[in-house]
Amino acid sequence: MAVRRGGAVRHFVVDHVGLVPFLLFILFPIYFMLLTAFKTDRELYDLQAIPFWIRDGVSLGHFRHLFFKTNFWRWLANSLVVSFATMAVSVAISILAAYSLARLSFPGARTFGIGVFITYLVPPTLLFLPLTQLVTWLGLIDSLWALVLTYPTFLIPFCTWFLLGYFKVVPREIEECALVDGCSRLGVLFRIVLPVAVPGIVCAMLFAFTLAWNEFLYALTFTNASVTKTVTVGVAAEMIRGDVFHWGGIMAGAVTGALPVVIMYVCFLDYYVVGLTAGSVKG
Amino acid sequence: MRRSARRAETLTGIALVLPALFWVGLLVAYPFGMAIYYSLSNTVISQGGSFVGFANFQALLGDGTFRQALQNSIVFTTVAVAVKTVLGVALALILYRRLRVKRLIRGLVLLPFVIPTALSTLGWLWMYDSLYSVITWTLNRVFLLPVGLGPIEVNWLGSPVLAMTAVIVVNIWRGLPFFAITVLAGLTAIPTEFYEAAEVDGAGRWGRFWHVTYPLLKPVLAVVILFSTIFTFADFNIVYVLTRGGPQEATHLFATLSHALAFESMQLGRGAAVSLFMFPVLVVVVALQLRYLHRDETRYA
Repeated sequence: MAVRRGGAVRHFVVDHVGLVPFLLFILFPIYFMLLTAFKTDRELYDLQAIPFWIRDGVSLGHFRHLFFKTNFWRWLANSLVVSFATMAVSVAISILAAYSLARLSFPGARTFGIGVFITYLVPPTLLFLPLTQLVTWLGLIDSLWALVLTYPTFLIPFCTWFLLGYFKVVPREIEECALVDGCSRLGVLFRIVLPVAVPGIVCAMLFAFTLAWNEFLYALTFTNASVTKTVTVGVAAEMIRGDVFHWGGIMAGAVTGALPVVIMYVCFLDYYVVGLTAGSVKG
Repeated sequence: MRRSARRAETLTGIALVLPALFWVGLLVAYPFGMAIYYSLSNTVISQGGSFVGFANFQALLGDGTFRQALQNSIVFTTVAVAVKTVLGVALALILYRRLRVKRLIRGLVLLPFVIPTALSTLGWLWMYDSLYSVITWTLNRVFLLPVGLGPIEVNWLGSPVLAMTAVIVVNIWRGLPFFAITVLAGLTAIPTEFYEAAEVDGAGRWGRFWHVTYPLLKPVLAVVILFSTIFTFADFNIVYVLTRGGPQEATHLFATLSHALAFESMQLGRGAAVSLFMFPVLVVVVALQLRYLHRDETRYA
């Protein structure tokens, strides 16, 4: 008995010890960002202070600066509007396209399917220059419309591809029964397939929102005025000015700017894992 | 099926993909064509330009900065993807074991993937600070000073080799969760009977890994590596936030060089030509991916 117990303990230790360096590497930067946001400037720039915890007490000064002296709320609102709008449009369009590709046969369906997959692999860094010209030509520089228009270029291929895999595994039989009973194709999609596919759709929505919220390059190039920036660009480009870095304020901005997606992530953790393991997420 | 029903199905099918086709065609295919046109012109931002053939590509191939970026891109992508693969498989194998608070650990591991890269990279920028770097502090206080060495000063982003290492480390940090969780899903899909059979045949830990885990994991690994290759190669955020391509162009990748040429030097044509150099890599990855996809289809058909 004692021997077996010792073996179990050793197993437990061996299984968990390997995890420690990984968790340290993954979590330390996040912990350190949080810590920095809550430290006083005096402690931050004191080389004698031990950087791993807070010595002088928690300070909210950096957050006060962020909330009242910068356009942070505006950036946050912009990110919310753009992410929500592009997520809704992209998922709606993708549901139609994915259902069509999964169930209906029409000439060119296969080519279109491959086209969606290829577009999904095209990185934004390949297209941002001509898109800048296009956005300028449309008079949309410094308008959130520029982002609402361009984000679906990567969200639609992603969501279509993701939902296609999901719709394919919905059993055909229930649909065929409804069709025989005189239900139309769209009727089948809305009354039968969508209710069954709710988890997949929620997953597509979560990923679309996160991808839109995290987007940086398009937002950086299509907006110049502070009031039209999204939170990623606002914090990363606006709060770093000249040679003076206010690290406390920058970290407060980075932490608060990431908070909405982190909260969403905590609430829907299992959906994220399922979505990732569907094997088709940009990493 | 009756003929009218088939026609109705064709029409519905086409109608349903039209919005997607329209959006993607207008804002992906058309800009892609424009990128090719710009790369063949000497367009300067807000001034226009004219057709110059392959002059941009020729000039780039003879340009020291571009060659440096080409070399950087290859080093960055190869090292980052290789390390992510090894660490990703290792972490997945650990996560596969019976762990306490499995859900919590999995949730924590995925965090770098969820947090906006531009924002988390700011955290790394602060950790790499030339004066207040927590890494330097730890090196000095924990390792060097106790044995009578140091203190040293390290400018992490100030020398070419260190800066490239720093940029790669952040990319690994950001990409590791994707590798680990995807490989973990691949591991979970391997039937446990295979391991039992291997054990009966006398296979040890390594034997089981090489003869069961590795071959069955190969398809998943291939897909993950291809995906990661293209998005590592096309990375912009990390380098832009950390170094802007410096010091002395030592960390410029295609994406950041293309951005700098277009918006700092206003040479849109040259910038477009740089970004198009990513295209051959894209083509190879897409071709390989499609081959895998096709193989999967025929296997399950």
